[in-house]
Amino acid sequence: MDHQHRHSSSPRELQMARSMCWHCQSEVSGEYFCDRCVKVQPVSKELDYFTCMGFPRRLTIDPRQLESKFYELSRAFHPDFFQNKSAEEQTISLGNSAMLNSAYRTLRDPIQRAEYLLDLEAGAVKDIRTSPPADLFEEILELQDTLDEYRAADRASDTAATLCAKLQMERTTLERRQQDMENALQQLFTQWDILQDRGEATDQTRAERDRILKHMRDILSNRTYVKNIVNDLVATIS
Amino acid sequence: MARIVGIDLGTTNSLVAYMDKGTPRVIAGRNERNMVPSVVAMTDNGLIVGDPAKEHLTRNPARTVYSVKRFMGKSLADVQSELAYFPYTFTEQGGVIRFKLGEKTYSPPQISAMILKELKLRAETHFGESITKAVITVPAYFNDSQRQATKDAGMIAGLEVLRIINEPTAASLAYGLQEKTQGMVAVYDLGGGTFDISILKLKNGIFEVLATNGDTHLGGDDIDRLIADLFIDEIRERHGLDLHTYPDYMQAVRLEAERTKIRLSDVLKTTATLDLPDGKGRFTRELTRDQLESLTMGLIERTLAPCRKALKDAELTPEHIDEVVLVGGSTRMPLVRQRVQELFGKTPHCELNPDEVVALGAAVQADILSGGTTDMLLLDVTPLSLGIETMGGVMSSVIRRNTTIPAGAKEMFTTYVDGQTGVDIHILQGERELAKDNRSLARFRLKVPPLPAGVPRIEVTFLIDANGILNVLAKDMRTGQGQSIEVKPSYGLSDSEVEQMIEDSFKFAADDVSARKLIEARLDAGALITTTEKSLLEGGHLIASDNIAATRTALAALSAAKDGTDPRVIRARMADLEQAAKPLTVAHLNDSLTKGLQGKKVSEVT
Repeated sequence: MDHQHRHSSSPRELQMARSMCWHCQSEVSGEYFCDRCVKVQPVSKELDYFTCMGFPRRLTIDPRQLESKFYELSRAFHPDFFQNKSAEEQTISLGNSAMLNSAYRTLRDPIQRAEYLLDLEAGAVKDIRTSPPADLFEEILELQDTLDEYRAADRASDTAATLCAKLQMERTTLERRQQDMENALQQLFTQWDILQDRGEATDQTRAERDRILKHMRDILSNRTYVKNIVNDLVATIS
Repeated sequence: MARIVGIDLGTTNSLVAYMDKGTPRVIAGRNERNMVPSVVAMTDNGLIVGDPAKEHLTRNPARTVYSVKRFMGKSLADVQSELAYFPYTFTEQGGVIRFKLGEKTYSPPQISAMILKELKLRAETHFGESITKAVITVPAYFNDSQRQATKDAGMIAGLEVLRIINEPTAASLAYGLQEKTQGMVAVYDLGGGTFDISILKLKNGIFEVLATNGDTHLGGDDIDRLIADLFIDEIRERHGLDLHTYPDYMQAVRLEAERTKIRLSDVLKTTATLDLPDGKGRFTRELTRDQLESLTMGLIERTLAPCRKALKDAELTPEHIDEVVLVGGSTRMPLVRQRVQELFGKTPHCELNPDEVVALGAAVQADILSGGTTDMLLLDVTPLSLGIETMGGVMSSVIRRNTTIPAGAKEMFTTYVDGQTGVDIHILQGERELAKDNRSLARFRLKVPPLPAGVPRIEVTFLIDANGILNVLAKDMRTGQGQSIEVKPSYGLSDSEVEQMIEDSFKFAADDVSARKLIEARLDAGALITTTEKSLLEGGHLIASDNIAATRTALAALSAAKDGTDPRVIRARMADLEQAAKPLTVAHLNDSLTKGLQGKKVSEVT
C-alpha cells in the first residue's frame, strides 16, 4: 500500500482526443477543460482506464484514492452540470461520464482490474479462457462423476451419505485451492507493481514481465473454472 | 435560465415542488392541498383532474381513470391479471394500452399528461409565469419503456423533461439536504403501486447509488385490493350481493378499504361501512390491525426479497447500513415499519413526510440542473441489465444491472451470408437467460453494405443516459460512417404518435381550460355559499336586518348563477355576495375571537 502514495502524487495528465480545443482551436495542455474558452474536452476513446483515472498501470490501488478521483472527475464531467451548455458540450459530457463510469467499475474490482491490465499489456497471451488447472484435471473429472452419481442417488440412502461426505471433502480441497490461487495472484500483483515501479526496460525485466503476465493469465483462467465447480458443488449438496 | 420544477408523478397522488432559497417546498393548490390525486375524469363538461375528479370515481367509474401509472409502458398482455379490477374499457394499439372514455381513446401517457398539466398550472399560478421545464420522478425499477412513456407524458403536457430521476434517490437528495444524512443509506419506498429499494453511499455531497431493486407492481393498491376482496366476499355471503356487477360500488368498496387501512395505522380497531345497492341496507365490518396484518403479511414479505438482493448486489450486509429511510404513503403501516426495522436492525427514518419527500428531492435535482445547487451530485444506476438477443434466443448482456449511468457499451456486428444487407437486432432488458423471458425494448435493422460474409464490421454503441433511457448509435468501421437507426419501441408510442398527441393536447387545451374554469368557479361558489349560510346561522343576530336581507338576496343570486355555464357570471355573483356579507363576516369574526379568548390565560394569547 505504501508504494502508491509516491505515484499518485504525480498522476499522469489526462490525454484528450485532440491536442486542439474543439471549440476555440487553441492548444489544450492536457486538463479536462480548455484553458482559454473553458469548454469541456472529450476524453479519447482510445485512452486506457488507468490513464483516464490518473493512475499508473499498477495492480494495487487504494480504493479510497480511486473513489475520490472518481468523485472528482464525476463532478467535472456529469451531464447534470452541462444542462445550460451547448449541445456539443452536453454530448462530450455524456461520453466522458460513460467512459469514466466504465473505468471506475473496471478498476475498482481487483480481478477485473487484472484482467483489464492483461488485455492492455499481454498481447498474445491476453486471452483468459475458463480452463481447469492441469494438475487437478483427473480429480475434477472424478468429481463430476461423483456429482452425477449423487444427483441420481436416493437422498435418504447410505450411498448418498457416502457420496455427500466425499463431496464435502472435495469441497474443502477446492476451497483451499481457491485460497492458494488468491494468494498467488496477490503475490503476482505485488511483483508486477515492483517491476512497474522500477521502470527499467532491459531484456531481463521484459522476460520477467512476460512471465508474470502469463502466470497471472493462467491463474485467472483456472480461478473462474474452479469457482464455477465450487458453486455447482455447493448448490448440489446444500 | 427558465425555472425548473420537480414533479412526483405518483400512482395515487402527484405533487409539484420547487427550490425556495435553498429549501425545497411543495406548491399547494387553490384548495391549499399539497397533493393532487392522480385521477382524471371525463365528464360531460370536459376533463377534470385531481380532487374534483376523485368524486367521479363512484359517480362515473367507467370514465374516471386512476392508478394510470400501473399502465405506463405496458401492453394489455402485461396487465391481463388485473384488468378485472378496473372499471373502464381497454383497447390496445401498437403495443400501447388505450383507455376508452366515452367516444375517444387515450394512452396512459396522455392521461398522465393531464395530471402533469394540472401540476404545471399550479406552478404557473404560484409563480405568475409560464413553466416549461421539469424534473419528473419514476420508480427506480421502471424499465426503459416505462421511463420513455413518462417522458412522452411530459412532452404531451408541454413540459420539457430535463431529467427523469428515480424516486428513492430523489428522496435521498431531500434527506441529504435537510437532515444531513451521511454514510450507507437504504431507501425503502413503498408507494401506491410500486416498490423500490435503493442502497446509496452518501459522501461529501455525492449520492452514489450502489444497487437498486424492486417491483413495479406492488404497492398500497394491492393492499386495498386484499381488503376490498375480503369485504366483497362477506357481502356476497351476508347479503347475497355480487358487487362485481356494480362498478360504482366496486369503487366505493375500494375507497372504503383504503380508508380502513389508513385508519388502522393509528388505531388498533376500526369499523368499515358501506351502503349497499338495491336497497340492501348497509354493510359494516369491524377490522382489527391484527387482522389487517395477517391479511397483508404476504404482500409485505414480498418487499423483503428485493431488499436482500439489493444488499447482495451492493456487496453489503444489513450491518453496513447506517441509515434507513422510509418513503411512500404505504410505509405508514406499522407492519411495514416493523419488518423493515427487523431486516436492517435499525429504526427507520421518517422525519420528512413520506408523501412529499420524493417531490422535494425532485426540486433539489431541478435546482442542481439549473446551476443553483452545485455541491450535490447524484450518481444513479440502471436497475435492469440491458442485452441483445443472440443465436438460439439467448440474451447476451451488454450493460449489467446496477451499472452507474451514464453507461456505454460497444458491440461489433457482422454478416453470416455473402451479400447480406441487414442485421436484425433485438434489444432486451431483464435478468433472465432466455430472450423470451425478458422485456423486449426495441428492434431495429442495421444496414450493411453487400459484401462477403464476415467482412462488414458495424459497431453499435448502446448508451444509457442519465435518465436511464437507452440511445443507440451505429458506425460502419470500414468507412467510419455513422448510421442513423430507426428504433421501433416494442411497447411505446412512436415519435409521430407523440407529435399527434401534443397537437391534440393543444387543440383540446382551449376547451379544457374553459371547462375547468367553470368547474372551479362552481366549486368555489359552493364553498362560499356554505360558509355564508353557516355565518348567517351563527352570527345573524349580530347584524342589522337589512344586512341580512342583502346577504340573502346575494346568496340566491349566486345559487342561480352557479347552475349556469358562465364562470365569469359566477365569479361576479361571488364578489357581490362577499360585498353584501361583509358586515356579517366582520361581526361574526369579532364575535368568535372574543369567545375564543374567554377562559384563556394571557400567556396563551400571542
